[in-house]
Amino acid sequence: MADLSCQFVGIRSPNPFWLASAPPTDKAYNVIRAFEAGWGGVVWKTLGLDPHVVNVSSRYGAVRWNGQRIAGLNNIELITDRPLAVNLAEIRQVKRAWPDRAMIVSLMVPCDEASWKFILPQVEDTGADAVELNFGCPHGMSERGMGAAVGQVPEYVEQVTRWVKQFSRLPCIVKLTPNITDIRSSARAAHRGGADAVSLINTINSITSVDLDLMAPTPTVDGKGTHGGYCGPAVRPIALNMVAEIARDAETKGLPISAIGGIGTWRDAAEFMALGAGSVQVCTAAMHYGFRIVDDMISGLGNWMDSKGYARLDDFVGGAVANVTDWKFLNLKYDIKALIDQDKCIQCGLCHIACEDTAHQAIIRERNGERYFEVINDKCVGCNLCMHVCPVDGCISMQRVDHGEFGNWTTHPNNPMRVNA
Amino acid sequence: MTRKPLGDISAGRLNQAALDRNFADLAPPLDRHRALIEAERCFYCYDAPCIAACPTGIDIPSFIKRISTDNLRGAALDILTANIFGGSCARVCPTEVLCEGDCVRNRGEDKPVEISALQRYATDWVVQDGVRLFQRAAATGQRVAVVGAGPAGLACAHELARHGHQVVVLEQNDRPGGLNEYGIAAYKVMDFVAREIDWLLAIGGIEIRTGVALGRDFSLSDLRAEYAAVFIGIGLTGVNALKLAIEDRSDWVETSQRIEEISGIGAEHVGAALPQDDLPEGVRYAVDFIAELRQTPLAELAVGRRVVVIGGGNTAIDAAVQSKKLGAESVTMVYRRDPQAMSATAAEQAFAQHQGVTIIHRAQPRRWLTDQGVLAAIEFEHSELDGNGNWIGSGDFFRIDADQALLAVGQRLDATPVQGNDGPQLALRDGRIVVDGDYRSTLVGVWAGGDAVGGKLDLTVQSVAAGRDAARSIHAQLSAGASSKQSGVSHG
Repeated sequence: MADLSCQFVGIRSPNPFWLASAPPTDKAYNVIRAFEAGWGGVVWKTLGLDPHVVNVSSRYGAVRWNGQRIAGLNNIELITDRPLAVNLAEIRQVKRAWPDRAMIVSLMVPCDEASWKFILPQVEDTGADAVELNFGCPHGMSERGMGAAVGQVPEYVEQVTRWVKQFSRLPCIVKLTPNITDIRSSARAAHRGGADAVSLINTINSITSVDLDLMAPTPTVDGKGTHGGYCGPAVRPIALNMVAEIARDAETKGLPISAIGGIGTWRDAAEFMALGAGSVQVCTAAMHYGFRIVDDMISGLGNWMDSKGYARLDDFVGGAVANVTDWKFLNLKYDIKALIDQDKCIQCGLCHIACEDTAHQAIIRERNGERYFEVINDKCVGCNLCMHVCPVDGCISMQRVDHGEFGNWTTHPNNPMRVNA
Repeated sequence: MTRKPLGDISAGRLNQAALDRNFADLAPPLDRHRALIEAERCFYCYDAPCIAACPTGIDIPSFIKRISTDNLRGAALDILTANIFGGSCARVCPTEVLCEGDCVRNRGEDKPVEISALQRYATDWVVQDGVRLFQRAAATGQRVAVVGAGPAGLACAHELARHGHQVVVLEQNDRPGGLNEYGIAAYKVMDFVAREIDWLLAIGGIEIRTGVALGRDFSLSDLRAEYAAVFIGIGLTGVNALKLAIEDRSDWVETSQRIEEISGIGAEHVGAALPQDDLPEGVRYAVDFIAELRQTPLAELAVGRRVVVIGGGNTAIDAAVQSKKLGAESVTMVYRRDPQAMSATAAEQAFAQHQGVTIIHRAQPRRWLTDQGVLAAIEFEHSELDGNGNWIGSGDFFRIDADQALLAVGQRLDATPVQGNDGPQLALRDGRIVVDGDYRSTLVGVWAGGDAVGGKLDLTVQSVAAGRDAARSIHAQLSAGASSKQSGVSHG
């Protein structure tokens, strides 16, 4: 069995699966249950200065899609609503009882040097392994100049990171908000400030849905709602891209990344790790199904690594980064055509109508008066739409038909900016 | 209950609680949660095969999509515009050979989307809440007679009423509904039929006269004289004869009645059946048994202790299963050909067997064995295929003791009412009324549809399609007539 043990900026954990800073890591009771279930580490729910915040009733909104109960989850819960001392005591107690597990403490205090100087020694004193700076929460705290309000200004990110590195010996992970134009700006700022790592993505600003009877956004608090932070499976593609952008950026290349965003299975985790993440953080999936999901994540990742001959995480972490490139470098001479396996076709007609209405009119629906679906190769541009709408796995496959030549946009005659090859 | 050795036919074999349980809704309705789960199984096929398989052409993917978005009114309109009896069809259609049979989910897996259950979910609330979905057009002043208040007649009447015509429906029974009211197993439709008809009639412009029969109380000529158009939807009110022929087998000493070689069980026209009075005591026609069951408190309905049902269609299944549910000790269905040839679908056969009915295939009845005129047993002969594909007797005889025999060998058009007048005659072919593609009969101003005309399958859903399309044809004709009258052209 592959070795899943994880070393991330000096933080050791038996596996790369951590629980993200969120309700599941709010207190000792939950965290102990998580460790019992097998989680490799936790990022303790964000601590702030006393007096502690208060939370509202009705905190979550969920997007359902096609029978999936939580395709996306939105929350308007703030940081911990317990006194600082209570949290610190519990962190100390849990870390002592579970020394092999990663204990990272998430922090959010006002954007001034004194506040950070005040809280950091107290966290360090608990025996925690690292701190994570919550520069991401897009709701509530940002109205008070914290969370995303910091994360959205690269200069603030850099400054606070500097303070943290100045006032603490602990590894510093900067958690980035996706509510920005270019994630690389914040990552570069964290890097300049001396961050040991970045974690991303925090939640995306969102309104889950609108209650058409109440004429109010959800979750609705006594008739009113506010924008919240969106997470869960629906945000994963956004997170994958942001992780990849940081992993392949010249300035931040090699900066350790702890990936967050809709991770619920070992495969999700492996995909983020292939794009350069050294550890992954999970929240929504655990909130949906409980801590037991880590069991399959451990087993599944180990079995997959065995099947690929990867002995340890480092053998595949970052393996896909080199293959993420700019559009202009893609091979324009690569050509594929859809092929419908007639033995598997159930004749639903979805490929036909998708292609007919919205693509290239490349799939016929009839032959000799009989219902029959077939690709017209001359019209097929290899867009894959039919393959995605087909409800039968493996029924529509894409067949390569080019002759292995290469030519990209940089040298294409239609490109006014082309370079002569 | 005492057991009589002979002619043991009696009511009250089960107590009311057991009867209630046995005759409870066969397929309870889906709640919203289950309906949404099922609706999400629909692939929303393009030009879906299920639509083509529905005789009324309901846009099934569309109504299912509407269910999934909680647009129940839209779903109901999809269904009921195409098929005003969408509620009862959701209960009685053999969907395994219609929409669900052609669902693409049958390929690669074997569980189609439960279309009938979803259709019921989308329509039940309309009937239950008396929701008005259709508006009558302004009155045209045209009067149309509809003979027969079955699915064909009422579908025709509703469509005509929508277009503003005044419709008089003439029904020989005491209640409207036709086969839905008199001929379908109770557990399939419960008390839905009457409520559905009340809802349908709420559109207005439809007058129903019950207890009046064509050929007895009025003639076709009368109707043609009085109304702008006539629609005939009288169904199949006759039953096929059980032609039993028999070589003389004198070893059965108690045989009191000769019966002739059976032929044409099922749809084939084999002539008028014996009147009930000429049958041995204990033998009756399944359609009469079902009609009585539907109109009688179950506890008062007599059923045999040992019942034999002869036939292989849905009527045979309904008669057999209901006999069992009434408390018959044993129910045996006997069919002369193989299971594939039965017009009852495989699902119906399996259902009957699950309910405790024994089905014997490939056996034909030869003689009633009676004791002083009372049925004691039935003699059958195993049948086999000859080289020409005909089922013939194999010479292997057996008998089944029976207190009651129910004959379900098919119904036929009783043509006397439509032909018993001095005027021009409606053309018949193969025992059914001849119509063109617009359901026009050979008599000007007379349309016909439903089982009296027949089609691929004698099904409620097909009758509804015929009634609806005939109404559209009638409407087109009346509209053309009205406009041509305005222009001074008259039609004879």
